[in-house]
Amino acid sequence: MNREMIDIRIDGKEFKVEKGTTILEACKMAGINIPTLCYHPDLTVAGICRICVVEIEGMKTLTPACAFQIERPVSVKTNSPKIRKARRINLDLLLSEHYGDCYTCVRNGKCELQSLARDYGIDNYRFPSVIKPKYEIDNSSYAIVRDQNKCISCKRCIRTCIDLQKVGALETFGRGHSVRISTALNKPIAEVICINCGQCINRCPTGALRANDPADFIWEAIDDPEKFVIIQTAPSPRAAIGEEFGYPPGTSVTKKLNAALRRIGFDRVFDTNFAADLTIMEEGSELIERLKKRIVEGDEIVKVPMITSCSPGWVKFAEHYYPEHLNHLSTCKSPQQMFGAIIKTYYARKVGIDPSKIVVVALMPCAAKKFECNRPEMRDSGFKDVDFGLTTREMATMIKEAGIDLKDMPEKDFDHPLGLGSGAGLIFGATGGVMEAAIRTVYEIVTGKPVPFKNLEITPIRGMEGVREASLTIENTLPEYRWLEGVTLNVAVAHGTANAKKIMDKVVKGEADYHFIEIMACPGGCLGGGGQPIPTTPEIRMARARAIYEEEKNLPVRKSHENPELQQLYKEFLKHPLSEVSHKLLHTHYTPRGKYFFVG
Amino acid sequence: MKQIKKKILFGEYVSGIGLEKALSIKPEDVIKEIKDSGLRGRGGAGFPTGLKWEFAFKEESDEKYVICNADEGEPGTFKDRKLLTEQPEKVIEGLTIAGYAIGAKRGFIYLRGEYIYILKNIEKAITNLKEKNLLGENILNSNFHFDVEVRLGAGAYVCGEEFALIESMNGYRGEPRNKPPFPTQKGFRDKPTVVNNVETLCFVPYIVSKGAEWFKSFGIEGSTGTKLFSVSGDIEHPGVYELELGITLNELLEVVGAKNPKAVQVGGAAGICVAKKDFDRPISFQGLPPGGSIIVFGEHRDMLKVLKNFLEFFVEESCGQCTPCREGNYRLLEGVNMLEKGNCSYRYLRELLTLCEVMKTSSKCGLGQTSPNCFLSILENFKDEVIFR
Repeated sequence: MNREMIDIRIDGKEFKVEKGTTILEACKMAGINIPTLCYHPDLTVAGICRICVVEIEGMKTLTPACAFQIERPVSVKTNSPKIRKARRINLDLLLSEHYGDCYTCVRNGKCELQSLARDYGIDNYRFPSVIKPKYEIDNSSYAIVRDQNKCISCKRCIRTCIDLQKVGALETFGRGHSVRISTALNKPIAEVICINCGQCINRCPTGALRANDPADFIWEAIDDPEKFVIIQTAPSPRAAIGEEFGYPPGTSVTKKLNAALRRIGFDRVFDTNFAADLTIMEEGSELIERLKKRIVEGDEIVKVPMITSCSPGWVKFAEHYYPEHLNHLSTCKSPQQMFGAIIKTYYARKVGIDPSKIVVVALMPCAAKKFECNRPEMRDSGFKDVDFGLTTREMATMIKEAGIDLKDMPEKDFDHPLGLGSGAGLIFGATGGVMEAAIRTVYEIVTGKPVPFKNLEITPIRGMEGVREASLTIENTLPEYRWLEGVTLNVAVAHGTANAKKIMDKVVKGEADYHFIEIMACPGGCLGGGGQPIPTTPEIRMARARAIYEEEKNLPVRKSHENPELQQLYKEFLKHPLSEVSHKLLHTHYTPRGKYFFVG
Repeated sequence: MKQIKKKILFGEYVSGIGLEKALSIKPEDVIKEIKDSGLRGRGGAGFPTGLKWEFAFKEESDEKYVICNADEGEPGTFKDRKLLTEQPEKVIEGLTIAGYAIGAKRGFIYLRGEYIYILKNIEKAITNLKEKNLLGENILNSNFHFDVEVRLGAGAYVCGEEFALIESMNGYRGEPRNKPPFPTQKGFRDKPTVVNNVETLCFVPYIVSKGAEWFKSFGIEGSTGTKLFSVSGDIEHPGVYELELGITLNELLEVVGAKNPKAVQVGGAAGICVAKKDFDRPISFQGLPPGGSIIVFGEHRDMLKVLKNFLEFFVEESCGQCTPCREGNYRLLEGVNMLEKGNCSYRYLRELLTLCEVMKTSSKCGLGQTSPNCFLSILENFKDEVIFR
């Protein structure tokens, strides 16, 4: 479609832009940098910080470049005394409200307010500054810490929580100077419908939101000679942690990371992909069992579609928003939790270590994983299955604290057993990955043949569309799966809870004819998780996805069920998927929470 | 002083004549009449009413809305309250004509929360008009349907700003949006919407029935018609006055019985504080702001306290979304407190004046763009009193 083009002038130079382009976008195309603060490429436009203001000829007041859509020829000035004065004063106003204890701030060096202050050469407070913090820090949650003293009311967190994620745990309260970002009835964040996705953290320009960092406890465990500290690393942090060490987005540093983790002092470095393969075996088998009960036995109690349960943000979202439909969720624990349970039972016995001495750390792209490992349901090994969930950002800090630069590290492999993951496990990191991995295995279990896609790449469910659907007709089944012959399997993939809601509303109304749905709470899937390096943009997430798919291509094992270490685990311990031991250790149940809480 | 005798709104009114005339001509012609009359918005900003209607008329949409802005919250303003109490039919007739002109079938009256006691009055008027077939289905057998509902505000001053009002009606926090798009493009429920002040709408039936030329015989070039003034403060006869635009402040003060005032706040808290030297200036869209609120301060008033009072109001009533308004008003008030204590340096005062300038140019809506006016005008006109205390 040919869009209407409009002639504009920016700083005297002429440009043609598509109708509807914002001044900010036009300036970016023209190579002119406009400072922004409340703007974020993933979010709806607010135009409230008034930092990106520009002058439009004929208008008395200044205009925020982020919010002005070009509908007619305009002449824009991006640099004038009026503009500089406005940006400077507005920045001064924000600085005077911000409790700027930069050297003790988790965002030191990565704070947008700090870098604006630097760019504008701010060397003193124009207006009286905040000397003492005014608000108590809310660290009620395992996942998210709120420090309102650093909040500059840009409302990015609110636009993330309400518009992007459709959760609605955070809102604006009060008016004027006493405006605050808060939760319903000003409750601690742990007591409201926060799903711990941490997307607000990724989009906060300052340190007002951060993850609850367990690094000190982990150091303590590492330093304790009695403790055997095991770290499992998920694929998404490996595709992103390089960004914290100066690599461009989309650089996979798995093997260098292995070396760094050993240098730090972890006793074993395992691959969460191993547990992802385990998840696929259990979840794939659960899907077949559900379908069989439904199709062959006509069992109406068993719920189809089955929905993935790897994403703890999504699980909590479902518990709050769809408490009556939790039986659609697979009973499988997430790979992180399956791994913890296996380490503290099978592995402990195999290597002869007292499981009470084992500390399992999970390097995850995720804030919600911190909450997940603290769920009371997650102690099936007899101990806390996973002791700590650590985000990519926190891991990077630990590595730096140990005086290590990832760039200087040699390339090292994982420890074995439990250190081998298939390509199918690896692509869990990108939206659609679990589905792709599951289909590869389920199809082969049922037909005895690999999926009919070139290089095993199930392209219809790859990509960054919010909701993606695909259908696959099952043909030439093995004798015991005759009942699936000719059945067309309908699957859907959604990432970001706003998209999850779209699909779930269809499921609830009975309008969805899917058999299997993958849902990830975060935009882009795990690679866009709430624990990943900041900043995040659609481009950065695309680059991380590419890194994951590239790495996958070259792996020797690309189907979960062909993972030899996994086969060994089944042979020696679990026996077969959905076995009694599996059910005890690898499956779980959910807690209907609802949207409301009662005030006593 | 002949102007003060000429009245429109407080003159003769027969319900339905304007509407009947409007329905007998094409909507375009109604709009043309309003445009020709030079009627400008009486809420304070003074946007040409006919032009606003024309914008909405030209938008293509299945639904359009007209809203009467009855969120009269400007300190010292009470003229709309009088109109709504005494002449609600006139307001609704104006709204109905506006609806006919732009192609809207539904109208709303967004009533200030504190005016809830007028609600019954308005609803009674709606029932009456429906009985007379001046509202509802097939009005005066013209095949034009129009219905009016009242929506209540909840006490926020900023909801008088048209986009904040619309957001509030949409069920969200009453906060102004970025423009464009304007309400006439994407307003209530994202449909083209015209928001007009109570007083503006009251003029409409007269203009349609008596013609633009007649209306233009009131007032002056560029500021046609009469205007209601809510006059309060240190005067003998506080109340609502209808006077022609272009009247000088001196003339007005004489009418209301102001004895030797020191200062007059013209246009509400968001207006400006005028000192004696400017009392001979006319009140018009080109002169002193014609917002309608006139607060008179006698000799004994402390202007710094006056300023503090206004700023306290703005600090409280800013919606708090944009930086210059949220933080700026707070800093101005802080500055006034420093002046009061005598510890505001000249240097810092200059910073505050720069801040005022930035608030005016970079605030998101009219609230932040006008709230520094009181600071600037009181500091300029009463420097000696305010600074050398």
